[in-house]
Amino acid sequence: MREISGDIIREKVKEAVIKANYEIGEDMLQAFQEALEREESPVGKEVLQDLILNARIAKEECIPYCQDTGLVVVFLELGQDVHILGGLRESIEAGVRMGYQEGYLRKSLCDPLSRKNTGDNTPVIIHTQVVPGDTFRLWVVPKGGGSENMSKVFMLPPSAGVDGIIERVVNTVLEAGPNPCPPTIVGVGIGGNFETCALLAKKALLRPLNSPNPDPQLAQLEERILERINKTGIGPQGLGGRITSFAVHILMMPCHIASLPLGINIQCHANRHREIVL
Amino acid sequence: MELHYLNTPISDEDVLKLRAGDRVLISGRILSGRDQAHKRLFELLLKGEPLPVSLKGQIMYYMGPTPAPPPRPIGAAGPTTSYRMDPYTPELLKAGLKLTIGKGKRSKEVKEALVKYKACYLAATGGAGALISKAIRSARIVAYQDLGPEALRELEVVDFPAIVINDAYGNDLYEMGMKTYEIRG
Repeated sequence: MREISGDIIREKVKEAVIKANYEIGEDMLQAFQEALEREESPVGKEVLQDLILNARIAKEECIPYCQDTGLVVVFLELGQDVHILGGLRESIEAGVRMGYQEGYLRKSLCDPLSRKNTGDNTPVIIHTQVVPGDTFRLWVVPKGGGSENMSKVFMLPPSAGVDGIIERVVNTVLEAGPNPCPPTIVGVGIGGNFETCALLAKKALLRPLNSPNPDPQLAQLEERILERINKTGIGPQGLGGRITSFAVHILMMPCHIASLPLGINIQCHANRHREIVL
Repeated sequence: MELHYLNTPISDEDVLKLRAGDRVLISGRILSGRDQAHKRLFELLLKGEPLPVSLKGQIMYYMGPTPAPPPRPIGAAGPTTSYRMDPYTPELLKAGLKLTIGKGKRSKEVKEALVKYKACYLAATGGAGALISKAIRSARIVAYQDLGPEALRELEVVDFPAIVINDAYGNDLYEMGMKTYEIRG
């Protein structure tokens, strides 16, 4: 049995939420540059230049990249031989509470009906997967509301097939138009059931931008969908252009013989996540 | 596509010069608020009660900033998605609001109200919160402090950059831009 102190988890989560919000990932910066070379629309190019400049200012001056510093989602891989001293949820939420206070991050959670702010950006949404061994691996993902609002779940009939999936994803991007701050990354979850396809779609967004899908069939499907999305003409910020999405990322698992669940989670260009391994 | 320098307050004449696709650089005092502040302003207007600030000739920037780390006047300050303000917007335009700034599509009702009341809808670069904060020189809460990030603020801005999406003539830059770059088949 391996023991991990909750105090260490708290400190690491605190650092991770601050850093995730100040520093956009290298894979995103590279995507901005590549998009700038490929974009044909002058206004689209200007938007991409703004994003590159914005990322530089945020990192150098230690202020958030985007004012929507997000609702914090945590993906946790917890070894079954690990014992946490001091409470797992308590430690993660204490880290978020401190990080959002000390890092001058916006507290963006509220009561759904009264709309009263919870004041400290908690609760945190934690998805835990128990795995063999004594590993402790955690992703901190501050997720913005604008792109989350454009996300969807479809319970398709099996007859819809691959073409039905492509149609629904492209239509979801088309309907969203300029709203989710394009260029976006489109997370797609295929299979599982009602709640799992949405979770797969969100988890698919953790994959770095420049890494191919390990499943060749899905890698090909990602390319097909991305090509269709970038033909819509929506472009950066919806002002018209070639780059509407940087990438489509798919995760898939088996489903019931009666269903073809499809989750679509849109991620804005403020694609922020940090990995913690203890 | 033209570049316009605008100073607040905004007149009908200023509005009528703007066309979808034009760039503007705004200087002066503007308001910022989002969902809950709009709900409260809307309810006061419906009841015929006085507003905490006048909307005549004003600009409303849809934005809820991150807290200001000293000595900065404001934290990250990019636009939020505008459609959530759609149900309240025609009433605010009727009360004299001239420009709204956000990101994303507006409803048919808002676009019609822009024409009717001689007003425009502009977009700032969504997600560029750090960059946009550079154009904001001061910020103070003018009402609804209890709403925290959603409070109604007054900002002093210098050359705040935005692009005209919906003008007072019914044009829509999102539709125009997409048509230009759409590839069929």
